[in-house]
Amino acid sequence: MSASTEPSTENRADNNFESVKHVILVLSGKGGVGKSTVATQIALGLQLTGKKVGLLDIDLCGPSTPTMLQLEDQDIHQCTQGWVPVFTDSSQTLAVMSIGFLLNNRDDAVVWRGPKKNAMIKQFIEDVSWGERDYLIIDTPPGTSDEHITVVENLRHRENVDGAVLVTTPQAVSVGDVRRELAFCRKTGVRVLGIIENMSGFVCPHCKECTNVFSSGGGEALAIETGVPFLGCIPLDPALGQSLETGTKYTEAFPQSSTTDSIFNIINKLTSVNIS
Amino acid sequence: MSDKPENAPEHCPGTTSEEAGKASSCEGCPNQKICTSGALRAPDPDIEKVKERMANIKHKILVLSGKGGVGKSTFSAHLARGLSCDESRQIALLDIDICGPSIPRMVGLEGEQVHQSGSGWSPVYVEDNLAVMSVGFLLASPDDAVIWRGPKKNGLIKQFLRDVDWGEVDYLVVDTPPGTSDEHISIVQYLSCTHVDGAVVITTPQEVSLLDVRKEINFCRKVKLPIIGIVENMSGFVCPKCKTESKIFPPTTGGAEKMATDMNVPFLGKLPLDPRIGRCCDEGKSFLAELPDSPAAVAYTEIIEKIILHCG
Repeated sequence: MSASTEPSTENRADNNFESVKHVILVLSGKGGVGKSTVATQIALGLQLTGKKVGLLDIDLCGPSTPTMLQLEDQDIHQCTQGWVPVFTDSSQTLAVMSIGFLLNNRDDAVVWRGPKKNAMIKQFIEDVSWGERDYLIIDTPPGTSDEHITVVENLRHRENVDGAVLVTTPQAVSVGDVRRELAFCRKTGVRVLGIIENMSGFVCPHCKECTNVFSSGGGEALAIETGVPFLGCIPLDPALGQSLETGTKYTEAFPQSSTTDSIFNIINKLTSVNIS
Repeated sequence: MSDKPENAPEHCPGTTSEEAGKASSCEGCPNQKICTSGALRAPDPDIEKVKERMANIKHKILVLSGKGGVGKSTFSAHLARGLSCDESRQIALLDIDICGPSIPRMVGLEGEQVHQSGSGWSPVYVEDNLAVMSVGFLLASPDDAVIWRGPKKNGLIKQFLRDVDWGEVDYLVVDTPPGTSDEHISIVQYLSCTHVDGAVVITTPQEVSLLDVRKEINFCRKVKLPIIGIVENMSGFVCPKCKTESKIFPPTTGGAEKMATDMNVPFLGKLPLDPRIGRCCDEGKSFLAELPDSPAAVAYTEIIEKIILHCG
């Protein structure tokens, strides 16, 4: 796997990042709640509304983004400003970066300790030539460890970071981990833009009965309790996960679904955030 | 797996290699003096202590998944509970998910604290024959975030293995966080001085999960950790009203059973998605005890039997 590049300079890092207007982190203490799904849907949704978007996947052990956007066979190229991200189409309005593009084989495990992961993330932040982007969405792995500390440290002094969106599922076990993520944000000075409750109720396609497969209401209750904005619920919709595996743009394929409504409500709230 | 410090030159031979400090690339490295002294190649005295503790433990099972949220902790908790149904067995459950410790809540021990005795740290007991250890018991509040980089996490995992006084144990179940990083490398390294029966790898049916789980299987192979088998969790959902089954996480690429065949690893079974399992975990109850006749409990029991058979 080739990951070498010219040593980055302060100027190049700043230039690469200055062309991004808004940076949004997608966090969760808990794994498997839909961070990557939500990050990808926010990026695709913003692209649909005419924005230029970047999507940075800093989950080094489990990079989902290339698979979710059908970009697995793409490579990274270098230019004088650094690494050129992968574009989803010729419009170049959605640019993606992930360690997934650097693997020789999709099944290769990235078995790295913290310091090596930190170095890679720093390169992703400083050396990717994003170009003019209205939004950069940063998808993270679960937890409050190396990747999170490193990304926050590298973004700390930058003016264009809107904050973080926290994703949870409704049940207490998830909410418990997300509480810790909130504590992480407080401790590190990351603004919390809001909480999203994902997998919030499954509507049986046969009889339309709604079952709370992963309990209900935990995300909203947490938002109320902690005084953080509640951005909305996304239902548990098998077609959403399936769309990410088959290359369908969910909101285009299912424009009337409540899942699409939820996603666009969330995007509207995020894009109307007033950063003073 | 040789260790290369962050400030090492590009062709660092690794601090534990025979060439450490002596290779041409070591010239000018700030660590050269330490490496040539041989200090980093000396055996770690803690490993001897870990070996002593582990000598009292007959069987060790790691519960892994490349993917988060597939049910590792749920499975670990229920595997431990299932094993402890036989009261003649002594079971230990170790949670090495330092950032997201779910086990205390899942076994109804949230808020409990660890006590020290002359013989080490006392684990917290769910039943007389089921003991648990987690970073969750070391936090002042369950909401406290553990914001640690790798080396500190590794240190705690080593402490867990060195200092927890489990006593004589038949089965040690180790719950892990998702991924293939510090916690996983460390637990394998620290346990390499003992016999580990193997890993149970959990996944859900969809390709996004399988993608990460194939990496985890390759990790196991890289570190020579035997694989007891794959479990497909959240395998199908039966609507409580109309009783029709839906695939909430559709197996677009054939699911875990096909992946197990393709990768030549045993397939242990499927667990259905039953909302009552999540509720039991939230409430710290055993699903196996609350709903023993449910399809999910039957499936769990069958898988546990296969694991016992493998361990011999």
